[in-house]
Amino acid sequence: MTINSLDELNLSEEETWELRLYVAGKSHKSLLAIANLERICKESLDGRYRIEVIDLIEHPQIARKDQIIAVPTLVKKLPLPLKQIIGDLSNEEKVLIGLELKKWG
Amino acid sequence: MLKMQKKQLAKCLTGIQGLDEITGGGLPQGRPTLVCGSAGCGKTLLGVEFLVRGAVQYDEPGVLMTFEETAEEITQNVASLGWNLNQMIANGKLIIDHVYIDPHNIEESGQYDLEGLFIRLGSAIQEIGAKRVVLDTIEVLFAGFNNDSIVRAELRRLFGWLKAQGVTVIITGERGDNTLTRKGLEEYVSDCVIRLEQRTAEELTTRFLQIFKYRGSSHGTNEYPFLIEENGIAVAPITSLGLDHEVSDQQISTGISRLDTMLGGGGYYRGSSILVTGMAGTGKTTLAGYFAKATCDRGERCLYLATEESPQQILRNQRSIGLELSHYVENGLLRFEAVRPTVYGLEMRLVKINSWIKEFQPSVVVIDPMSNLATSASLSQTKYFLLRLIDLFKSQQITVFFTNLLQGGSPLEHTEVGVSSLMDTWIELRTIETNGERNRILYVLKSRGMKHSNQVREFLVTSQGVELVDVYLGQQGFLTGTARVVQQAQEEIVQLSRQQEFERKKRRFEHQQAITQAQIKALETQLAIDQDELDMFSEQEGLSQQVLFENRDKMADLRKADDKD
Repeated sequence: MTINSLDELNLSEEETWELRLYVAGKSHKSLLAIANLERICKESLDGRYRIEVIDLIEHPQIARKDQIIAVPTLVKKLPLPLKQIIGDLSNEEKVLIGLELKKWG
Repeated sequence: MLKMQKKQLAKCLTGIQGLDEITGGGLPQGRPTLVCGSAGCGKTLLGVEFLVRGAVQYDEPGVLMTFEETAEEITQNVASLGWNLNQMIANGKLIIDHVYIDPHNIEESGQYDLEGLFIRLGSAIQEIGAKRVVLDTIEVLFAGFNNDSIVRAELRRLFGWLKAQGVTVIITGERGDNTLTRKGLEEYVSDCVIRLEQRTAEELTTRFLQIFKYRGSSHGTNEYPFLIEENGIAVAPITSLGLDHEVSDQQISTGISRLDTMLGGGGYYRGSSILVTGMAGTGKTTLAGYFAKATCDRGERCLYLATEESPQQILRNQRSIGLELSHYVENGLLRFEAVRPTVYGLEMRLVKINSWIKEFQPSVVVIDPMSNLATSASLSQTKYFLLRLIDLFKSQQITVFFTNLLQGGSPLEHTEVGVSSLMDTWIELRTIETNGERNRILYVLKSRGMKHSNQVREFLVTSQGVELVDVYLGQQGFLTGTARVVQQAQEEIVQLSRQQEFERKKRRFEHQQAITQAQIKALETQLAIDQDELDMFSEQEGLSQQVLFENRDKMADLRKADDKD
């Protein structure tokens, strides 16, 4: 199902989703997560998003700094609160709930 | 890293006191070891000490991945043991990575793995060239992630990966009810499993360590007591009850020369066990003091375990009989340790004593009195404890001197617990009461391996020191104390009068002899005079005869005898 109107969510015009996706190289899960995320964002956020993909194999010290264990991990930095979703993001419903793009119910 | 000559398995020395002995060289090198136990029994500490010793003693950097406590908490906790983790981190010998998993903010969507763990661990290992890794406690992963099967699969992958890294790993796990660990980590870590436990008996808590499993290596299977001391864990590796110690035939002085003579001429055998029993006030501590002094005089170190009196009290008491020991304390040859009987259980006592002798390296240990070491234990526990204690000393050729208090009224040769059979030399101090006074006697009940005196001696303690005096054999048996002195005086008097009598008789005879000599002399003189007279007379007679004949001839001449003309 798609969300058509963002008005339901009482968004201000300025709100942008800042998303960070931690992956490990070009593993199957990593590529899948990237693809899934891009798709979901394109469908639901209408351009109000910024995705940052961090490859932990290239930057291993970030894993420690940001306390990442599971891969892939998606972190919603903005809008607050901070939320984490782990996995290849194939369960879209969970992703939407996690990103607070959809409410429970 | 230590390679055992007989076995193929390479081992990694932990540097933890006692543990390397029990495991025969340390943990399996390049493999994971599981350390499990209930909360607070020392798992984390063991892991951290493994890394600290590795860094400091063996120049092997290590990585600690901690899932429960933070790096700051751990650093603070171990600071009191003298380990400066921050310094080690700064020197590139240690990395602490605290893994924080927040179970509430995580949603799961789709498949994932725990590659982040591998990446972090891998980069840490690479950064300092780590050879040792501790994961404490990795079970937290199960709480953090909903998908148990993913966690299990990743753990399996992790241990395989760690093996490939060539690091020796310790994994800690919380004890389960029916299983070794709650989450069954033993499934993945089967090379070596160490169990830690804490048990309380009669209000005394003792920690135990057990090598539950050690594949490819022989190991002690018993539970070993251990202490967490000022500088780390100390396990008591007391098991070599093999009775195959080296035996010395050197004799060392007891400090009292008469006693040395009684003991085969030289004193106690080095490395033997000596027991002095007696009732209160008989002088057992005095004997201990003399032995300590003799030891220090030879320049050897003596460890004095005082279980009843305080060291100051002992020093004062020894001083009052002329034995000054405090300068030995000052120059480090004599060391007192006050051991309170109720603070530790027997096992802890063993571990503590083991630590002291490792640190101080004495050649003699005095335990005064032994009776206070085992107050609440059963007979068999006490005997076993003493057996292990004596074994500990003998294996290092340390001579041990026990004093033991006999309860009043107990039969003379019965020491509770049959402990005397563990002793090589047994000296008994007794008091006997005669004529309203108590005197002390000493005798050697047994002394293995030497001809010892079977004579009872009186044990005199004066302000000038100790003397062993022969007892007096009087009409009623042997006498001591004033009775002896009286008897001695009496016999001296008798002796004196006999002497005088003899002198008198002698003088009389001499006198007599002189008289007789004089008489002989007189008779001889008379004889000589008579002889002279006789000689003179004979001479005269001879002369007159001669004259007569001369005259006859002359007369004949004058008368002209008619036979010629």
